[in-house]
Amino acid sequence: MRIGVPRETHSGEKRVATTPDVVPGLLKLGFEVAVESGAGDGASFTDQAYRDAGAAIIGSADELWSRSDIILKVRAPETVSDSGRDELDRLREGQILISFLWPGQNPELLNRLAEKRLTALAMDSIPRISRAQKLDALSSMANIAGYRAVIEAAENFGRFFMGQITAAGKVPPAKVLVIGAGVAGLSAIGTAKSMGAIVRAFDTRPEVREQVESMDAEFLMLDFEEEGSGAGGYARVMSKEFIEAEMALFRQQAEEVDIIITTALIPGKPAPELITADMVQAMKPGSVIVDLAAEQGGNCALTEPDELVTRHGVTIIGYTDLPSRLASTSSQLYATNLRHLLADMCPEKNGEVVVDMEDEVIRGATVVRDGETTWPPPAPKVTAAAPPPSAKPTVAPETAPVGKKRAPAWVSRLILFGLGGLGLLGLGAVAPPSFMAHFTVFVLACFVGYMVVWNVTPALHTPLMSVTNAISSIIIIGALLQISSDIPWIAWVAGFTVLITSINIAGGFAVTRRMLAMFRK
Amino acid sequence: MSAGIVTVAYIGASILFILALGGLSHPETARRGNLYGIAGMGIALLATLSGVVTANYGLLIGGLVVGGAIGLALARRVQMTQMPELVAILHSLVGLAAMLVGFANFMDPNVQYSGVEATIHDVEVYLGILIGAVTFSGSVIAFGKLSGRISGKPLVLPARHWLNLVLLLASIWYGIEFVEQSAAGAGLVPLVIMSAIALLFGIHMVMAIGGADMPVVISMLNSYSGWAAAATGFMLSNDLLIVTGALVGSSGAILSYIMCRAMNRRFLAVIAGGFGTSTGVAAADGADGEVDPIEAPEAAMLLADAKEVMIVPGYGMAVAQAQHTVFELTKQLKDKGVNVRFGIHPVAGRMPGHMNVLLAEANVPYDIVYEMDEINDDFPDIDVSIVIGANDIVNPSAQDEPDSPIAGMPVLEVWKGRTTFVLKRSMATGYAGVQNPLFFKENTRMLFGDARDSLGEVLRNL
Repeated sequence: MRIGVPRETHSGEKRVATTPDVVPGLLKLGFEVAVESGAGDGASFTDQAYRDAGAAIIGSADELWSRSDIILKVRAPETVSDSGRDELDRLREGQILISFLWPGQNPELLNRLAEKRLTALAMDSIPRISRAQKLDALSSMANIAGYRAVIEAAENFGRFFMGQITAAGKVPPAKVLVIGAGVAGLSAIGTAKSMGAIVRAFDTRPEVREQVESMDAEFLMLDFEEEGSGAGGYARVMSKEFIEAEMALFRQQAEEVDIIITTALIPGKPAPELITADMVQAMKPGSVIVDLAAEQGGNCALTEPDELVTRHGVTIIGYTDLPSRLASTSSQLYATNLRHLLADMCPEKNGEVVVDMEDEVIRGATVVRDGETTWPPPAPKVTAAAPPPSAKPTVAPETAPVGKKRAPAWVSRLILFGLGGLGLLGLGAVAPPSFMAHFTVFVLACFVGYMVVWNVTPALHTPLMSVTNAISSIIIIGALLQISSDIPWIAWVAGFTVLITSINIAGGFAVTRRMLAMFRK
Repeated sequence: MSAGIVTVAYIGASILFILALGGLSHPETARRGNLYGIAGMGIALLATLSGVVTANYGLLIGGLVVGGAIGLALARRVQMTQMPELVAILHSLVGLAAMLVGFANFMDPNVQYSGVEATIHDVEVYLGILIGAVTFSGSVIAFGKLSGRISGKPLVLPARHWLNLVLLLASIWYGIEFVEQSAAGAGLVPLVIMSAIALLFGIHMVMAIGGADMPVVISMLNSYSGWAAAATGFMLSNDLLIVTGALVGSSGAILSYIMCRAMNRRFLAVIAGGFGTSTGVAAADGADGEVDPIEAPEAAMLLADAKEVMIVPGYGMAVAQAQHTVFELTKQLKDKGVNVRFGIHPVAGRMPGHMNVLLAEANVPYDIVYEMDEINDDFPDIDVSIVIGANDIVNPSAQDEPDSPIAGMPVLEVWKGRTTFVLKRSMATGYAGVQNPLFFKENTRMLFGDARDSLGEVLRNL
């Protein structure tokens, strides 16, 4: 099948749905790849680079759209376009469209896709299960957004992030508060931390505390008991009391910190308002707020989507295109996510995709299938967090031991000792004293061996075997006792025995020596 | 030389042998221990030579010199991967020697006992030859299996347990016959028949044991060679032989026990043989799924980013002769500040301690090589585990699936680490014939191909 990658037409969008690095992977799956001329310009990938990677470059958008079986895009198809035809109009029956679609926010788009009788997969609807991590484009983008948020904040912040003591005086470190420790939040924490800032983080889900602390940031706690984990690893709406406690914390923090990065999102809901106008007022002049939730209304009351505004001396950044501002990396990660998805959909590697609705991942991503709306999918079965303890496991009576009742260990030990004692007694009753003397030596030597060998380190078990092998050739003494026999054949047999046991003695000790010489620190 | 001095020399030799084994508790003291062993052997030989040998010096010296030369040459030439074979063939020599000494002793008209002592002596001769014969033929077969001259697959005869039982009963019966006839001055016939039976038994026993159980077999044969020496000691009324035989015998027995425990199997079940062939449930509720292959450059990237790396070698590393490449990799990673450690399962390889010797050969320092029990709890902190040619010893179904043939066997919990990559030639199952769910785990990547080539490739990309 032929994959078409058009140029993104949304204004300001610099990303592209495949990169020269990923093209060979797609070709290996058996697909043909066509890229619209100039598609990679925004992300610094030239047409020539695509051509070198094995993709066809097509000049006309019309041709690309009409001749491709699979369309890979970043943004959802534009319904309003400044140049000629809508992207949506270019789609045709039977095509497969894979891009971000946001079906929850765009029911109309979904209907129009369904009318086209095509198949559409939304990269934003990939279920968040561990198997699908390599397809999770939202995480890829969130990671980039978190990084970029810190860069934007740094650009608009008039001080160092890292504290320094210079000849010209002391510079205090910047204090950064990250609200919401999801993928974007953690990425922001890591970036700010590595730039030397003091980083604090807050999240309603207590299980992320460990992750925050693992990045050396401080996790702010609320004095309040409520579990904030929802299905699919996302946060959920909290109770009123909780929110009040939370707001009090933010108000107090607003006075202290220099930079606030908010990433709080609840799926399918407008973003919660966490930073009110009076908190912004309380912040020191020159402080920066980066609102990663701007597209969903913003976590800060004063955020204006896509804009950088200054209110009460505080810079509030509401860019919604942060991933696009790091176009090269975000294209690369997104393209790899797409390649993994296509690899999953093309198990035969023959360039034919199968939309397998039994597969939980594919099922979740597919929002329109052959003109039929299949969104929303059934709820995902696994949450990312450990599930709260369910009902106590009931003990089934069948699991009670049915086999024979086993005697306790001491009984068998007693029997063993008893039998051993009886055996020894029997032996002592009939055996002559000379035998018993040897037997004493034998039994004691067994115990000495037992004690000594348990102390041998397992690393030296092979040398142990070779050295015991050498010393067990002490049997040579038997042959030595016989070699002086006046019966020739006995002497010869003994001579042969001497030969083979000396092989053993020399070989065993020598190889042990060789091995032991190798063990070194 | 008086008998008293010979006895004192024997006591000295016994003590030196015990010290030799005791020294093996640590690599530092082991070298000195080996010297003690050599000294003990030298003292024992000298004392016996000067004390009892009165004639045929030419034959004696010839045997010592030729045998010693062969032994030294073997020891010098053998590759560390072939150690199990060497040990097996050396065991067979002890067994053969025990047989020969036993026969010579029985046929020697100068040896005369009467009454109960005669009976006891006959039993000792009989046992010495029996154990010697089993050790001899069993070790030869083990050598054949380890060196690939005989297929490593278990030979499963129909009704093999019955066959073993019949052989055992026959040897007991011929033993009684032998003691009776020997009292009347004959007895050679039952002795020869019994030897043949014992040889057959040794062959059959080892033939029925699969490749993965070889560590148990080797240590068991090690133990037998000791018991053979001890039985010969009883026969000759020689305490040095008895002590040494008992030391070696219990050493081998302990090793067998450790190996069996490491596989969670009963000693008898291993000896009865046929492991991995009769289990039909093997891949039934299959952890079939998708494996995630990885290429060498990506593996190198993962390693370069790691802080904690654990290498888990198995027999595949020995087969591919990859230990030197492993060491190169270890060195490079250590230079980059990565903490590299090795995790060794007791039954990894074909003989107890096999992996340690291979790694030591490749100059891997022993203080970064750890036993399973020492490091199993550390896996959650490991960034990358590299499993080289191992399968059953890293199989999570030993813990998860009560029906699995290897259920309950202690395993290295590599899957608890962040990423594991498994170097493997193909998706074939291990010796236990059990599918390994580890390969299908989310954090496992498969690096297919010859372990040495793959690691070399990783090394170049690092």
